[in-house]
Amino acid sequence: MPSSAESGAGLLLAVENVTKLFGSFAACNGINLDIRPGEIHALLGENGAGKSTLVKMLFGVLAPTSGEIRWQGQPVRIGSPGAARKLGIGMVFQHFSLFEALTVAENIALSLDDKVPLSDIAARASELSHAYGLPLDPNAHVADLSVGERQRIEIVRALLQNPKLIILDEPTSVLTPQEADRLFETLFKLRAEGRSVLYISHRLEEVQRICDRATVLRHGKVTGACDPKQETPASLARMMVGGEVAHVSAAGTTTRGDVLLEARHLSAAARTPFAVSLKNICLKVRAGEVLAIAGVAGNGQGELFDALSGEYPVDIDDTVQIRGKAVGRSGINARRVLGAGFVPEERHGHAAVSALPLSDNLVLARYFSDRKAFLSGPLGLIRSAAVKAAAKRICETMDVRKSGEDPAAGSLSGGNLQKFIVGRELDRQPSVLIVNQPTWGVDAGAASRIRQALVDLAKSGSAVLVISQDLDEIFEVATEISVINEGRLSDAYPAGELSREKIGLLMGGLHGKTEAAHAH
Amino acid sequence: MRIELERRGGVSPLFSILSPIIALALTVVVGAIMFAMLGKNPASALYSFFIEPLLETWSLHELAIKAAPLILIGAGLTICYRSNNWNIGAEGQFIIGAIAGSILPVLFPEWTSPVVLPLMLLMGMAGGALYAGIPALLKTRFNTNEILTSLMLVYIAQLFLDWLVRGPWRDPGGFNFPVTRDFGANAILPEVISSGRANYGFVFAIVAAVALWFLMRYTLKGFEIAVLGQSERAGRFAGFSARRMIWFSMLLSGALAGLAGISEVSGAIGKLQPVISPGYGFTAIIVAFLGRLNPLGVIISGLVLGLTYLGGEAVQVSLGISDKVVRVFQGLLLFFVLSCDTLIHYKIRLIMPGTAEGRG
Repeated sequence: MPSSAESGAGLLLAVENVTKLFGSFAACNGINLDIRPGEIHALLGENGAGKSTLVKMLFGVLAPTSGEIRWQGQPVRIGSPGAARKLGIGMVFQHFSLFEALTVAENIALSLDDKVPLSDIAARASELSHAYGLPLDPNAHVADLSVGERQRIEIVRALLQNPKLIILDEPTSVLTPQEADRLFETLFKLRAEGRSVLYISHRLEEVQRICDRATVLRHGKVTGACDPKQETPASLARMMVGGEVAHVSAAGTTTRGDVLLEARHLSAAARTPFAVSLKNICLKVRAGEVLAIAGVAGNGQGELFDALSGEYPVDIDDTVQIRGKAVGRSGINARRVLGAGFVPEERHGHAAVSALPLSDNLVLARYFSDRKAFLSGPLGLIRSAAVKAAAKRICETMDVRKSGEDPAAGSLSGGNLQKFIVGRELDRQPSVLIVNQPTWGVDAGAASRIRQALVDLAKSGSAVLVISQDLDEIFEVATEISVINEGRLSDAYPAGELSREKIGLLMGGLHGKTEAAHAH
Repeated sequence: MRIELERRGGVSPLFSILSPIIALALTVVVGAIMFAMLGKNPASALYSFFIEPLLETWSLHELAIKAAPLILIGAGLTICYRSNNWNIGAEGQFIIGAIAGSILPVLFPEWTSPVVLPLMLLMGMAGGALYAGIPALLKTRFNTNEILTSLMLVYIAQLFLDWLVRGPWRDPGGFNFPVTRDFGANAILPEVISSGRANYGFVFAIVAAVALWFLMRYTLKGFEIAVLGQSERAGRFAGFSARRMIWFSMLLSGALAGLAGISEVSGAIGKLQPVISPGYGFTAIIVAFLGRLNPLGVIISGLVLGLTYLGGEAVQVSLGISDKVVRVFQGLLLFFVLSCDTLIHYKIRLIMPGTAEGRG
């Protein structure tokens, strides 16, 4: 127990004027941060604000270019994650580093610096997990565990080192609201023991709820240090973004037209052992509607996108209908010709080829539907002037910031590339748009622009389907909401009638309808 | 201590162009050291290896003969490799193309119509394409690795040719030598100009390389090849089929290897014999990479690699060095080309135990 830190009035960790340069670019620029013993301290900031760089320096992955880090009053140089762990710093990464084929105990053993017998680890792990309300079977294989359980392994792994400071990187991005509540209870327990938590997030509501103090970063600098409970979400957002974020308005999406996109009892077998099968999915999206599908990652969202887009056609033609035409067995381009547009989740290597310029990435999605404009002659020559002009038009409309006239897609920031990818579809005025995770890893400014564009498209009479893990986003854009869980889709509810708690229950697998109602 | 390859922030455009030249220079330096260790004067050895063959008309013709199959096969392989299909068996497709194209002059020598030669070329292409179709079928059907299947098929092709020329196709009037009858005049690929032996195979090679360059540079098909090669998933999003691309690239490169085979037999050799290629199909892999997987670059690298064959013969004659030295040179060249390409994209970082990045 960190009794020594508790007794001293001093700080647990002080970061003083720390700068990290990559070449001439300052990822962190004169950062000051102090963490007291026994507090939950939020580190707020958009993607690219310097949060990860700062945390990597604290955990010994990167070394600061200048400045000082003090641990319990003593200046320290943290040379490696092992050194950080020895000091008493534990870290839970956003992307888990677990081996799926190994058991929980084996995964924990791999991360320990000392050699300890596996049975001891298993005993210690199950003891700790119960003490902190993180039920975990040390002999279970990781492949069989849910994302929430996998996160618990990471937390237990960190706790085994008896740390005084635990760093959590975006821990709730993979959890249902209920799972997140359980995590918060664990954090409160840790705080009560006098341990400190550095909680990295961009979710303002959460930070206000659980954190005692907050440090806000923007462009590598500290733009605010405050008590989040004294602030409003708007004032926190201002510190994060440096200006007002345009509020997305769903107003005006009240007129409904024909059903433009429909799935009728759509089923699809899992293609790989780690994929999810789709089970009897029914959905309808009318003109003027934004149907949002909520769900925890890995519950069949990608597979549903594949089946609806036609990247992997299904066996029965009738199960997918676009503008009244059965297209279940058609490929993606046949669906595009009917007026559908698609935005997949992964930007690099799926929606775009990173090494190719933007103009080529426009051809990627549009060569078939805009054959007349972009291709010429029997040889299929690409009309490079027309393509470049269209790419330029899209960049201007969507305010895509880039270096150079036609840079490689990989050189754009996540937000700008996503604006281009969404703009590429909007440019055609699609009557049906299907988007998977529209603002995943995108900065707040770009996210609000993309969300507004989706709402505006629906207003203009298109049917929009948004698959998202982000409940804030869903409440901003959706007119109707469904929830996907283990490849099953719930009924759709009008967005106004659904609370977060209800969505949380549906995400956890409690369906709004009985299984029997849809059994054959 | 461990060694890590760290991706560079950007790729220097200057070094991307210089890379093959640097690789060539390093090959020459190491080659010179090798000659010195063999007890020969490195300067005169390099002179007879690389310079002497370029000084006389007849040997320039020989260079065209050697470079033609390398360019033809290499150009086809660039399409394969750019689309992420690794056809290593061009040597086998070359041989089967040669056999298929030789059916008419060997089995029907009395048929002397002017359509025989064009038919032979077409049959050669078909033979090469069909033989490359075997790994394509196995890959699309059973997801087998085309590197292994296409490579293993090379040995089958070589032994099949050996059996043919010793058995059923042996020249009845050939005193039991393992060769087929000589092709009739109508079945011989003519020379391009009267000053030497270089035949139309070289013209085919240049035309094919330029056509494939045009395909890659300007057409949707070329775009499809580039996209599928870099990301199969993005290709699927575009509506391209990786399966069909396996067929397209394998059949195309097989057909060009087959054309190279029948051109070599009908142009340079004039009959089938147990060995018809000094490893053109394998050397063409080096040609494709040295040419930066660009069909126009392949023309230059094909000439360079063709020169190593001539140089090997020259040093064997003038200095008495084994012609195995050719293989050594080609291996060095491939090694340096791949290393230089890797170092353009990555930098080497030595990590000492207990130190962190950026310290000191």
